[in-house]
Amino acid sequence: MNGRHLALGLAVVALASIPCEVSGIYYVNVASQILLYAIFALGVSVLVGYAGLVSLGHAGLFGLAAYGVAYLLAAGHGHAVAVIATLAITIASTAIFAALSLRATGIGFIMITLALGEILWGLAYRWISITNGDNGISVASRPSPFGFSLSSAVGFYYATLAIFLLAIAAVFTFVRSPVGAALMGTRDQPRRMNALGYHVWMIRFWACLFSGLLTAVAGILFVYYNLFISPQTLALTSSAEVLLMAISGGASTLLGPIVGAALVVIVKNVVSGYIERWNFMLGAIFVAIVILMPEGLVPGTARLWRLGSGVMRGRLGAAAGAKSSGAKQ
Amino acid sequence: MSALAVKHLWKSFGGLNVASDINLLVEPGERRLIIGPNGAGKTTLFNLIMGELTPDRGSIHLFERDITRVPSRRRPHLGMTRTYQIITLFARDTIERNVTLALLGLSKLRWSPLLALHRQHQLVTSARAALERVGLDHIAARPLSQTSYGERRRVEIAMALAQNPRVLLLDEPFAGLSIDERHDVHDLLIAIPRDVTIVMIEHNMDVALDFADRITVLHYGKVIVEGTRAEVVADSRTREIYLGD
Repeated sequence: MNGRHLALGLAVVALASIPCEVSGIYYVNVASQILLYAIFALGVSVLVGYAGLVSLGHAGLFGLAAYGVAYLLAAGHGHAVAVIATLAITIASTAIFAALSLRATGIGFIMITLALGEILWGLAYRWISITNGDNGISVASRPSPFGFSLSSAVGFYYATLAIFLLAIAAVFTFVRSPVGAALMGTRDQPRRMNALGYHVWMIRFWACLFSGLLTAVAGILFVYYNLFISPQTLALTSSAEVLLMAISGGASTLLGPIVGAALVVIVKNVVSGYIERWNFMLGAIFVAIVILMPEGLVPGTARLWRLGSGVMRGRLGAAAGAKSSGAKQ
Repeated sequence: MSALAVKHLWKSFGGLNVASDINLLVEPGERRLIIGPNGAGKTTLFNLIMGELTPDRGSIHLFERDITRVPSRRRPHLGMTRTYQIITLFARDTIERNVTLALLGLSKLRWSPLLALHRQHQLVTSARAALERVGLDHIAARPLSQTSYGERRRVEIAMALAQNPRVLLLDEPFAGLSIDERHDVHDLLIAIPRDVTIVMIEHNMDVALDFADRITVLHYGKVIVEGTRAEVVADSRTREIYLGD
């Protein structure tokens, strides 16, 4: 346990020292992107990993939050009002989406979330009086909560880091709580859970709301990071991308979605500077993950580690055995 | 006063009648055995009693309370618990976690998103106690995927007992067990106190015959014979449809 606490402490220190370590704000911005996408991927993993519900509509909710802030700011409201109202609107929309989608599980759930995501994307494109259509909406400035300015890359990074740590703590607490255990039960044996006295639908509904909250937070960070939002963010490819982040890292682990988000953001931003066909490269990486570690990078690495240390221990044990039998003779 | 009463129960899937005017009256503390050949509608009857299927007509009463319209997820809270013929457990979890989930299902704690489940000592202690009753407490921390079929059967029963039911529905608790394992499970069921009413489905009549107070023979969704062990075994209709060949 102590080793785990130590690793956690080191990770936090490492994350906090990134702006001092890397040269130039470019990499600080990449780190901010990783963290905000990690929050998004964590939100998706609550459904995909722990509830067994695959959503292809999450980019819609993500974009809804981004548009909410941009629209309310453009309408002349303050940052606090825009953020709080946007959280409320996005969670209310998630509740409606969940009520519609949870009529089904499996493929049915995927198709309903896909359709709902496409509706939001279509609205962003066509409801020009609100969304400004193809041109998108620009945001004038980042907020300064409690006098702490987020306008610089470093300031924004630290704010994102703080929210990211809160999000991880929230998911960690949720996963080991009774509701989290019940949610995983509904993923593995929904019928049994019902017969044991659980309200399977309601448990899934709460999980959707929690997932929607994390998605909304990530969407708000996204619009403040880019200071711009356009319909492209709500496209199906965005939903697929965040789903791949969660699954490639390992959707039912805490670390997996973070690793997945880091992988995608780094390939997109850094590798694309060296390789023109970075999309191809990302695809190849995903194929390799699916073939070599179908459970995701984090659980897959843990498995290989156990296997490796098991082999080592086996060899050591065999060597010790040979020695002792030699001593007997 | 009856523990479980099924009155004029009808259910059909399309043209197939899986329950035709079934009547069942089980006294408190009784051990009732329901037998019948494959496809007689035994498990369907359990699904109807537990509320996982909705009957077309008829009613179900638990200690004189009409529960026909009560959703199946509420029925364990009223004291009715079932096991499954096809083992339905949480394969990724430990044995103890499986039983803890059964306990949590009836606890108000199940809605808490903030507490840590493994720190809820009363649940953990009760889970250990339930595992002790079935003789699995020494391997409580073992992942379910590393247990034998017989052990899983006992986990099923531990989960049901952990919920402290008034009426326990056992769906073929001996299915797939070796002779030794059958003896273990048999002893386990004998040891359940009489304040629990038990209704048990069994395909093989000889396995559980001595366990039952009364026996109901089901065939094509109909109750053919009902009575004490001696009456049912002696009845010519039982022999015809069940023991005949």
